[in-house]
Amino acid sequence: MTATTTTVAATRTYRDYDRPLWQRLFLTREMAIIGLLVIVSVIAALSVRGFSQPITLTFLLLDVMPILLIALPMTLIIITGEIDLSVASIVGLASVLTGVLIQAGVPFEVAALLAIVAGAIGGAINGFLVTVVGLPSLAVTIGTLALYRGLAIGLLGTTAVTDFPDFWTDLAKARMGNTNIPLVLFLFLALLVVFVVLLHFTPFGRGIYAIGRSSEAARFSGVRVERTKLILFVLAGTVSALAGVYYTLRYGSARGDNATGLELQVIAAVLLGGVSIFGGRGAIHGVIAGVLLIGVLASALRLANVTSDVINIITGVLLVLSVVSSSFLAWLRKRRRAPGGTPRVEASTAG
Amino acid sequence: MFRNKRRAGALTALAAAAALVLSGCAVDSGTGGGDGGSEGGSDNLSITFLPKNLGNPYFDTSSGGAEEAIGEFDGTFAEVGPAEATPDSQVSYINTLTQQGVGAIAVSANDPEAICDALNEARDAGVKVVTFDSDTNPECRDVFINQATAEGIAKVQVDLIAEQIGGAGEIAILSASANATNQNAWIEMMEEYLASDFPDITLVETVYGDDDDQTSFDKTAALLQTHPNLKGIISPTTVGIAAAARYLSTSEYKGTVALTGLGTPNQMREYVEDGTVTSFALWNPADLGYLAAFASKALIEGDITGAEGDTFDAGKLGEYTVEADGVVLLGDPFVFDAENIGDFDF
Repeated sequence: MTATTTTVAATRTYRDYDRPLWQRLFLTREMAIIGLLVIVSVIAALSVRGFSQPITLTFLLLDVMPILLIALPMTLIIITGEIDLSVASIVGLASVLTGVLIQAGVPFEVAALLAIVAGAIGGAINGFLVTVVGLPSLAVTIGTLALYRGLAIGLLGTTAVTDFPDFWTDLAKARMGNTNIPLVLFLFLALLVVFVVLLHFTPFGRGIYAIGRSSEAARFSGVRVERTKLILFVLAGTVSALAGVYYTLRYGSARGDNATGLELQVIAAVLLGGVSIFGGRGAIHGVIAGVLLIGVLASALRLANVTSDVINIITGVLLVLSVVSSSFLAWLRKRRRAPGGTPRVEASTAG
Repeated sequence: MFRNKRRAGALTALAAAAALVLSGCAVDSGTGGGDGGSEGGSDNLSITFLPKNLGNPYFDTSSGGAEEAIGEFDGTFAEVGPAEATPDSQVSYINTLTQQGVGAIAVSANDPEAICDALNEARDAGVKVVTFDSDTNPECRDVFINQATAEGIAKVQVDLIAEQIGGAGEIAILSASANATNQNAWIEMMEEYLASDFPDITLVETVYGDDDDQTSFDKTAALLQTHPNLKGIISPTTVGIAAAARYLSTSEYKGTVALTGLGTPNQMREYVEDGTVTSFALWNPADLGYLAAFASKALIEGDITGAEGDTFDAGKLGEYTVEADGVVLLGDPFVFDAENIGDFDF
């Protein structure tokens, strides 16, 4: 099971292998989301005044950057069937730590590095509690969500640190030359390469899918389940802290309540991008399309003077529809096949 | 199998397309007036209000005043804002307004620094920026409409609580969020004024209800539990004082623990009438919005630049002068009590 080289993690039945390569590549959940993203962008560009101007791209990318960054490790964690709800709190904690250290006279570069190390430690604590102690990640990370947020607010109290080196705050918002591409995009692209290779082109990545399908089976086939999960939680903590440093520079303000609620946006985007909440299914290109889809929708609707409540409702409905439609279709498939041929093994239908 | 997947894609595509087409209808109606105004450049009287968050009765009232003012001079009024009072979501809205090319943004800042760059980007694009209720750093906006001086607000609340508890005893403060620019400045001055003029009053604790009704309600309960000798509570935020009054009115502390602060008459009427609250203070948020709208108009038309000594006409409120640092002062705070609350409806 782990040795297969297909890039699409579909349930392995004869029918799947029967389909030509182009179908396996293009008729997927991920491509549906990418298609939807294109359709929504085109409609927005045509019908929403001001959406088609180039500056939209800059604002859009800057806005979704923390979500894009954190979605990478979150995708891997959710594919293993776990979840990390503490990411936004780690963003806040890293932001506050950077601010507090700068206030104490530490150079920015050192402060940022220490904040990222703290994020890695935060992730390691999550990973330790999940893998070594054996607690469910949902419970553990709800706890650390409150814990890390509490630490962040406790450290800075009622104040906000706003004094950061201009070089770095400018860099966080800088665009490449005369284009509208923010420089921070390259940070994301570098991480993207790392995560794509890790998930889709290494034995470690195949192990991640295997764990999501069946933790026990993965263990018997030689996947080091605990170690894999621990590494993923540390990665999530590290990348979240990096996003926290970026967040601090982007808004020039280190506050305890920075990025409150961001974890739900990240998880919503990951699920919308075709990753199964039950594990074992998903791909990074779908997740990126999911993040951008939510970003484009929010941006276009804001430009159309739609209130934030309505934007939340539309995003929520889209998410529910995407989850319901795949479960519903899986149920439909099962029902169609039940009379006659042998019922297939339901390894991971939803998602 | 792929037929089903295609269907799944089609279904979601349809849903999103429907959502956008629906909002597309809203686009036309929403920006129709703005299109007409933007042609003339400096007479683009499309003014958008960006409060700290939507669904807050205080800002509903200020926006009401703004809409009235903008109606008087035939501009285009719009109100946008985040659901939660966070600075990062305000940045998104400011960016959006820059893209739309509105004439002026009137914003109540959730963070004095975090929205600065976005506001300056808007100003570079020719948008005038007025802050009201909660200011940013002075270099990020053209004019700040100050509802009342911090000294005046701090003083009136301390005077009210001192009068109600007889000038001695323990008091506590129930504030908005821990980072709220206004509240923190007022609390600091209240502390100074208490220390200098009322040495017998002890401020035992300051708690933060985050301008959330339930949180403020719970914090009030916790305050009374923690400090059994508490004689009074000051809540310098409209959400906080209403939640605290709701708690007090149904508890054993009704009438024994005094409550004052900043509240709106419609929210507080019930509690003033049933005796939970004797008196409280505020300015008129509708006037604040009204003045912010006229200041925006004056900036757009080039009557003022935000320099000290500039004067402009503000309709029914009369003439106003810009003070140092581009501040325009609305006036003195007003005290509401059982005698006069019936005269107000906002």
